[in-house]
Amino acid sequence: MAQNYKDELSGVETTGHEWDGLRELNNPLPKWWLYLFYVCIAWALVYYVFYPAWPLGKTYTKGILGYSQREELDTRLAEAKAGQAKYLTAIAAKSVDEIQKDKDLLGFAMAGGRSYFNENCAACHGAGGQGAKGFPTLADDVWLWGGASADIYKTIQHGIRSDDGDTRGTPNVGMTAFGKDGILNREQIDQVTDYVLSLNGKPADAGKVAKGKTVYDENCAACHGDAAQGSVAAGVDGVGAPPLKQANWLYGGDKQTLVETVTNGRAGVMPAWSKRLDDATIKSLAVYVHNLGGGK
Amino acid sequence: MTSATLTSGATLGSQRVSEDVRYHEDAIRLFVIAAVFWGVVGFLAGTFIALQLAFPALNLGLEWTSFGRLRPVHTSAVIFAFGGNVLFATSLYSVQRTCRQHLFGGEGLAKFIFWNYNVFIVLAALSYVLGYTQGKEYAEPEWILDLYLTVTWVLYAVQFIGTVMTRRESHIYVANWFFMAFILTVAILHIGNNVNVPVSLFGMKSYTFVSGVQSAMVQWWYGHNAVGFFLTAGFLGIMYYFVPKRAERPVYSYRLSIVHFWTLIFLYIWAGPHHLHYTSLPDWAQTLGMTFSVMLWMPSWGGMINGIMTLSGAWDKLRTDPVLRFLVTSVAFYGMSTFEGPLMSVKPVNALSHYTDWTVGHVHSGALGWVAFVSFGAIYFLVPVLWKRSQLYSMRLVSYHFWTATIGIVLYITAMWVSGIMQGLMWRAYDNLGFLQYSFVETVAAMHPFYVIRAMGGVLFLTGALIMVYNLWRTAKGDVRIEKPYVTTPHKATVGAA
Repeated sequence: MAQNYKDELSGVETTGHEWDGLRELNNPLPKWWLYLFYVCIAWALVYYVFYPAWPLGKTYTKGILGYSQREELDTRLAEAKAGQAKYLTAIAAKSVDEIQKDKDLLGFAMAGGRSYFNENCAACHGAGGQGAKGFPTLADDVWLWGGASADIYKTIQHGIRSDDGDTRGTPNVGMTAFGKDGILNREQIDQVTDYVLSLNGKPADAGKVAKGKTVYDENCAACHGDAAQGSVAAGVDGVGAPPLKQANWLYGGDKQTLVETVTNGRAGVMPAWSKRLDDATIKSLAVYVHNLGGGK
Repeated sequence: MTSATLTSGATLGSQRVSEDVRYHEDAIRLFVIAAVFWGVVGFLAGTFIALQLAFPALNLGLEWTSFGRLRPVHTSAVIFAFGGNVLFATSLYSVQRTCRQHLFGGEGLAKFIFWNYNVFIVLAALSYVLGYTQGKEYAEPEWILDLYLTVTWVLYAVQFIGTVMTRRESHIYVANWFFMAFILTVAILHIGNNVNVPVSLFGMKSYTFVSGVQSAMVQWWYGHNAVGFFLTAGFLGIMYYFVPKRAERPVYSYRLSIVHFWTLIFLYIWAGPHHLHYTSLPDWAQTLGMTFSVMLWMPSWGGMINGIMTLSGAWDKLRTDPVLRFLVTSVAFYGMSTFEGPLMSVKPVNALSHYTDWTVGHVHSGALGWVAFVSFGAIYFLVPVLWKRSQLYSMRLVSYHFWTATIGIVLYITAMWVSGIMQGLMWRAYDNLGFLQYSFVETVAAMHPFYVIRAMGGVLFLTGALIMVYNLWRTAKGDVRIEKPYVTTPHKATVGAA
């Protein structure tokens, strides 16, 4: 065996081995290290006494606390449900309007509605309902399918042009593709879009505007209204045609987008939420959306 | 004790025989080149996907460049390509010297392993980009590539263990215990987690043999021990050779090295269930995962103590040797992440940290701070030796690399701590009526600034690596930069005289 070699700097002996010039000092285990290691082991042993720990064939040591994660989850979910029960029962029994007249229920529905809205609706309609291209703003007073609380409730329940039997609009049927279907020619589309531009105070060719009005009256007024006030204001049911005068554009109000819209048509779709959310949740959402700023 | 004392070790007893051993170094040079190359590729991929998280447009709208496919390219490139080639290079280098024996199987076997392993890496990366994956984290390659890797790994085991068995030293040096534990356990883990049933003989797709929570448990038994044995035991082997070598000091405590080695490898293998807290994994398994993780704290710190205390008597070298600074800082990061790990395994802490960026930050303090830094230190040590140069091209550039990378790591992990804890708190925030306060997308929006900071950390880390590439390139060419040298301390001279 090798002779032990003493390290000059520390005065500690090495183990006597040497590999490629490497040696090892014969220092003892640091005391604090060893005791902390024992403490960790002791903590583990104590934990095993209190909590489920060791498998025993088809069962396991349960621990004296009898803890079960599954039971804890069930208990806490039940507590959460119990805490909301009185509100949920009341909401189920009342209409969306009645909920809004009850201060407590309104507060609850607004808090819940905000949470549900951000999880389910904000992806399309934006946080706070600010809207996006193709997805209507819910914070203004323009409503394609009605802005009363009962209207909003129905829209959320059954969707728009959805596969729900009570859907608003007709599935797969939206604004006619006037150009693609050969109803209007390019010239007429050019004229009618200039007319729509003129309704919104944008520069337009006076000659085209005059001819465009005729095209509008013959083709568009049936849904969008005589004064381009939109289907809701014009009292036309089941089409969801937006106002075209001083409009908050859903797809865009520049010449190019208008030509595209008239040529190819539009048909926005919203799913029916009654298949995914329970009635109290949908009512809370209706309350929340109604209060975003434009509810009627 | 200086190199002068050390080389006179022959007279100090051991069984040093007179014949000169010719060590194999050709393949090791290849492994070093590959390690540096894959390091840059892996850091670049990591920085890019960090930017994708901050700016999703960088997914480029293409399936091949989407985050989901590039993330495994990043993780495999840094862990298996960079880390793997570093482990091959350092283990096959040091085992020869600590056993005073050339490689069992010779240069030919080493080169065969080199080419097979690196072809495997390329094939794996291509398969991820093309959409082939087992869907298991850090075990993404499909069954055919798993088989290929198994063969390569067995050859590596034969070469390494064969060299140890034919050694000309009576005892096995501690670094080799760690390397052997790493090689054997990684083999078992790799096979255990890839017991798959291919859908067809000529198709890539396969399904795991066990399903459901059992499959998840096997995966995290593998996943956690990939960290424990690939990124810890293997790299502790590097630490045990290169830290005392570079510091020219004896290892602090032989007894500590034995105790922490056996406790580490015994306890690590049980800790995997802490990745599955609050899932359908039975309570008892979660308890075992948590308690074994906590008991693992001190065995991990044993390695840190032995690494850092080896410097006692040579602390001044940290000022004058930036290579040693890399090595010692890596051990400090190792100590930090192995404290953080057990902490995060405790269930109430895990309830907050699980699935958040905190986990990502934790992994990177270990991966960047420990694994990459100890690798950089070893590479800076090896390149002048392997290319027969008297010194590195520039020590100042090593220092620039050190500081650039350190600032990068600090940006990375602090951003992820803040982001992760914020994310965890936002997820669990309820109002007094029992409604969640934040939607998922609101938490994502809140994390954006931290994602940007993290990406900046990645840019710095990558920049440091590029400085290293330049320095190593000039070193290999034999250039020496004209620069102000680090002043050697009088301390060294005194001891050298002794």
